[in-house]
Amino acid sequence: MPETQNVYEIPIGPIHPALKEPVRFTFQVEGERIRAVDVRAGFAHRGIEFMGMRRNLIQTLYLSERICGICSISHPIAITLAVERAAGIEVPPRAQYLRVIFSELERIHSHLLWAGVAAHELGFDTLLHLTWKVREQVLDILEELSGNRIDYAIPIYGGVRRDISPEQIPKVEAMIRYYRGLLEELVDAFLRDPSVAARTRDVGVLTPEEADLLCAVGPTARASGLSKDVRQDRPYLVYGELGVKAITPRDWGLEPRGDVYDKAVVRLLEVGQSLDLIETCLYEMPEGEITSFPKIPALLAHLKKAEGEGLGWHEAPRGEVIHYIRLEAGVEEPVAWKVKAPTYSNLMSWVPMFADQEIADIPIIAASIDPCICCMDRVHMVRDGSPATLLKEDLLRLSREKTERLTGHPSPVTRHGGGL
Amino acid sequence: MGLSSFKRALWVFHIATGSCNGCDIEIVAALTPRYDVERFGIKLVGTPRHADALLVTGPVTRPMAERLKRVYEQTPDPKAVVVVGGCGSTSGVFYESYNVVGPVDEIVPVDVYVPGCPPRPEAIIHGVVTAVAKLEELAGEKR
Repeated sequence: MPETQNVYEIPIGPIHPALKEPVRFTFQVEGERIRAVDVRAGFAHRGIEFMGMRRNLIQTLYLSERICGICSISHPIAITLAVERAAGIEVPPRAQYLRVIFSELERIHSHLLWAGVAAHELGFDTLLHLTWKVREQVLDILEELSGNRIDYAIPIYGGVRRDISPEQIPKVEAMIRYYRGLLEELVDAFLRDPSVAARTRDVGVLTPEEADLLCAVGPTARASGLSKDVRQDRPYLVYGELGVKAITPRDWGLEPRGDVYDKAVVRLLEVGQSLDLIETCLYEMPEGEITSFPKIPALLAHLKKAEGEGLGWHEAPRGEVIHYIRLEAGVEEPVAWKVKAPTYSNLMSWVPMFADQEIADIPIIAASIDPCICCMDRVHMVRDGSPATLLKEDLLRLSREKTERLTGHPSPVTRHGGGL
Repeated sequence: MGLSSFKRALWVFHIATGSCNGCDIEIVAALTPRYDVERFGIKLVGTPRHADALLVTGPVTRPMAERLKRVYEQTPDPKAVVVVGGCGSTSGVFYESYNVVGPVDEIVPVDVYVPGCPPRPEAIIHGVVTAVAKLEELAGEKR
C-alpha cells in the first residue's frame, strides 16, 4: 500500500516498446523516483517441460533448443550433459572441444546483442547499429559451421552433430582476428564514452551482498564483484583444462560497483575471453570421433534401456543454467525434466536495482541483467482458472506434504514444528 | 508480386506472444545495417496505433491471447498481420502444450505467414513486402 498520497502506481507491460518480451512491471513511484517494484511473469510460459515429458529424448533435445533462441546452445548442452550422466554415455574429447567452441561463439553473439540493446535503451541508436553490424560476423561463422543463424542443433547425446572441417578453420581464425581488432573500438565506444558513463554509472546498483543474498548468476553477479562462473566453479566438458577465470570489473582495473556500467564492462571483456577460448580450442582439439553414437536408432535404443537421473549445468551467456532429467528403463520419454534458467535466478536482483532510481532509467536497468523471459517462464500456477501465487512457505508446505504422502509418515521437520 | 513501387513507408509493430526470442532477434537483425529495412521506409514503432502492419511472433500463450486481440483492435485499418516463425504459423514444436492457444490465426486474421525456425531476415523482409503489396491492394479498392 502507498504510504502517502504522492505515491502512485505505473504498470509497464506485458507489451511495451522497451521490452521485446512479455513481462509486466508494476512500479510504485513518487514523482520521478521509484519506491518499489513488483514483477509479474508467466506471459511466455509454454509448458516446455510438460511437452518434453511426452516426447522421446531426441525430440526433447530439439524442444530444449526452443526454450530460448538466444541460448540455443546452452540449453541443449545442459540437457545432453544431464542425459549423458543419467544414461552413462561417454563424450569423445573432440566433441567436448566442439561444444565449447559453439558455446563460446554463442556467448559472443549474445553479449554483442546485449550491448546493442543496451545502447538502444540509452537512446544511443548509432551504437546499436554498429554493434549489430559487427555481430553479423559471428552469425556468419555460426551459419558456416552449423547451417543456421539461430537454433544450431549441434549437441546431441554422446557428442555433436557436425565437425569443423580443416577448410573452415581459417574462417574462424579470420573472425577471431576481426573481433580482436574491433574490440578496442567497441570498448572505446561503450566504456570511454562520457554520455554512456553518465547514463550508466551508479544506475541500477546491485551490491555484492545483495547479489550473494539473491543468488544472482552470470554477468549480473560478476559485475557486483562476485567471482562466480560455473565454468570456473564446477568445470565440465574441457573447461577445467582451459582454466577459465570469472571476469569481474577488477580485470579492467576498476573496483566493482555493481551498476549498469560494470555489467557492460564484464560482458565486453567476456567477448575477449571467449575469443581466447575458441582460439585455444581450435589448436588443442584432438582428432577423432565427434559422437559415440553415429546411428540415431542405436542411440534411441540405448536411451530407452537407460535408468537413472542426471544433472547438467552450463554457464550460459546470462549465467548458470541447470537441467535435471530422470530416465526409466523401457520408457522413451524422460520421466522428469526440470530446467532452471539464469534469468530465473537474476529476476530478484531487479528489486534492489530499481529502488530509488528514476523512471527514465527503467529500460536500461531492466535490460542490464539481460533478461530472457522465455527462458525464465517455467512455472505458472493456475488454480480454478485464476492465476495463483505461492509463497516460499506454501511451497515448503506442499513439498513436506508430498514427502509425507510418499513415505507414509510425517517428515522430521513437520514433526518438530521447525522451519528453515 | 504486383508491387509497382513503395508508395508509402510501412511502419510495423512487433508483438511477442510467447516466442523463444529466435524470431525476435532476427526481426531486429533485419533493422540493423546488414539488412537495413529502414532504407525502404520500414521501421518498428512503439505503439500499434502508429502501425500499418503487425509482426507477430510466438505460439500465443494463454495470457497473451487477449492482449494480441487488443493490439490487433488498436491497429488502425487498413492493416496487415504478418506471422513470423513456425510456431506462430502452425504451433510448431509447441503443438500440445496446455498453455498455448494459438496458432496466431486462431486468434486474429492473418495475411502473411513467414515460416522458419527462425526465418532468415531476408524471409522476414519478403513477408513484410508481401504485406505492403496487400495493403496497396486494399488502398486501391477504397479509391
